[in-house]
Amino acid sequence: MESDPILNLLHSNVTSPLNASEETGEAPVVQIQELSKVYQQGEISIYALNRISLNIAQGEFLTLMGPSGSGKSTLLHIIAGIDRPSSGQCRVQGIDVTKLSESELADWRNQNVGFVFQTFNLLPVLTAFENVELPLLLTRLTSKQRKKQVLTALELVGLADRMGHLPRQLSGGQEQRVAIARALVTDPQLIVADEPTGNLDSNSAHEVLDILQSLCKVAAKTVIVVTHDPKAAAFGSRSVHLEKGELAN
Amino acid sequence: MALPIQYNIRSVLVRWRSTLSTIFGIGLVVAVYVMMQSLAIGLEQSSANTGDPRNLLLMRKGSTAETSSQVTREQFKLLQYLPGLEKDEKGEPLISADTMILITLARRGNQGEANILVRGVTKMGIYLRPQVELIQGRMFEPGRREVIVSQRLAERFEKLGIGETFKTGGHELTVVGWIDGHKSAFDSEIWMDSDDARSLFDRENYSSVLLRADPTRWNEVTNRVESDKRLPLMTISESKYYSDQTATATPIRFLGNFLATAMSIGAVFAAMNTMYASVGSRTREVGTLRVLGFRRRSILIGFLIEGAILAFIGGALGCLLALPINHYSTGTLNFQTFSEVVFEFNITLPLIIKGLVFAVTVGLIGSLFPAIRASRLPVIASLKSL
Ligand SMILES: Nc1ncnc2c1ncn2[C@@H]1O[C@H](COP(=O)(O)OP(=O)(O)OP(=O)(O)O)[C@@H](O)[C@H]1O
Ligand SMILES: [Mg+2]
Repeated sequence: MESDPILNLLHSNVTSPLNASEETGEAPVVQIQELSKVYQQGEISIYALNRISLNIAQGEFLTLMGPSGSGKSTLLHIIAGIDRPSSGQCRVQGIDVTKLSESELADWRNQNVGFVFQTFNLLPVLTAFENVELPLLLTRLTSKQRKKQVLTALELVGLADRMGHLPRQLSGGQEQRVAIARALVTDPQLIVADEPTGNLDSNSAHEVLDILQSLCKVAAKTVIVVTHDPKAAAFGSRSVHLEKGELAN
Repeated sequence: MALPIQYNIRSVLVRWRSTLSTIFGIGLVVAVYVMMQSLAIGLEQSSANTGDPRNLLLMRKGSTAETSSQVTREQFKLLQYLPGLEKDEKGEPLISADTMILITLARRGNQGEANILVRGVTKMGIYLRPQVELIQGRMFEPGRREVIVSQRLAERFEKLGIGETFKTGGHELTVVGWIDGHKSAFDSEIWMDSDDARSLFDRENYSSVLLRADPTRWNEVTNRVESDKRLPLMTISESKYYSDQTATATPIRFLGNFLATAMSIGAVFAAMNTMYASVGSRTREVGTLRVLGFRRRSILIGFLIEGAILAFIGGALGCLLALPINHYSTGTLNFQTFSEVVFEFNITLPLIIKGLVFAVTVGLIGSLFPAIRASRLPVIASLKSL
């Protein structure tokens, strides 16, 4: 049987983050250079991001912090290939995502990034299983293979028994865990989350952050989380502060 | 790669409350369309059903209907010796002269009057129209002013029950039997003895002649008739004569198409409205799908499919609404004979399919712009929407 990285997550004698980065020759997963995002509002230019340079290594759990309007979401969106910068470079696993065409970018996102939203964003008419399966519909997997992946992902977030439930039949914390399952079901290298615990109570938040942390530790995923919560930041291996579109140290 | 179809179906169904009026609107358009077309189909079928493929009809040159044609008794005698004319067991030639008279009868329920065709017919004429069946009562007897009438006509007009008498032109006629023309033009006729008819209505001449001849010899018959100066007649196959009368259905078809088209414009806008609302309330859903890697085209197709599903439900509803009218018998004026034709609404399977295709087309057109809007939503902005 071919190796199935996602399945391996459950039987966790695999790749430690250290080994992984050695194998890939320590090249950072995310390389950001002189990245700027400018919004032109009449005469005034608003620098959402101002010449940011940042490297993120494989297996890192990076937390992005900073006051409201400091550019955290903007940076996350550019890394995830949802937004485009005004200037600068953003390489993810060696690929300059700013140079990809719109449809190339859609495929790239599907294969390389898992996105977790503050508002969960599960499709309300689909069950937990169907929601998690969505990204896999864009792959060449057979429905049997898809089912296996989905079940693995749901098991990983502890919700295999809820796979037939609609989002409205789940608690907020459970919804967010389903959303995480959806983000990791394609086995992407990069998982990004924009205030994933913003709408959750502290217990659910803890569960969610635990899962994200174990993804780094066990499967050497690179996780980037935007958060306002210092307690959440404590789960990370490194924290970066943004202020008015610039890195603050 | 397209979105899963169950996502589209459930997205439509979950909004059933807000889509109900659109579904109903599309249903109404389809119902009107199906009803009008079934009317036209019924009318056309009553014409197309009529006539025996072996029969030839002879009328005066230039007349377009039996009612406006005349054949003299001398002409009829000459016709007895046409080539190819078939004979019955007793050796009698299969040829009959009919006399057509238009009379006025009162519709049931004070619905006014209408012209009805009376066919003065001989025994041979009845034999030549095996399609017509006596279903109740008995055959008329010559010389007694008796008639047999189509049962369908009796349903629609006063005093056509068996045993009843009706007055026309100062004479009383008694109904002694009901006939069934099996959805042919004969369902719109009253039959009586040919000689009775001529004497009663003061006719010197017959109206038309029907004969049976081997179709391979029709050319011979026609040539003979046309080469004889004493016969200013023309020949036409009986089936063709009746199928030519389908022209009566043309204005109905036209009106039906016109009404459906006019109404469908409203339905397109209703569908558009509904789909715009659906796109508006699902902006974040669209953004999410895009983040997951679905392309603009998938979003576009998804919303088109939803519009089509919506319209299909409406179309199915419309067909159901129209269905009770199937086989309902009705009448209209035949523009060739200026008499009432009785026929049935006929909802056929192809018509239902046409109605559904029509509905889906309305849905697709209506959802085109909303679907384009959905596919063009900027990802970041749509993620921020509620
Ligand atoms: N479409 C836009 N047009 C103009 N300015 C924008 C637009 N989107 C974002 N901005 C500006 O860019 C800056 C950074 O926005 P961003 O959403 O990245 O902040 P953030 O750090 O995520 O804030 P928060 O913590 O409130 O989510 C803000 O000043 C914002 O006003
Ligand atoms: Mg933000």
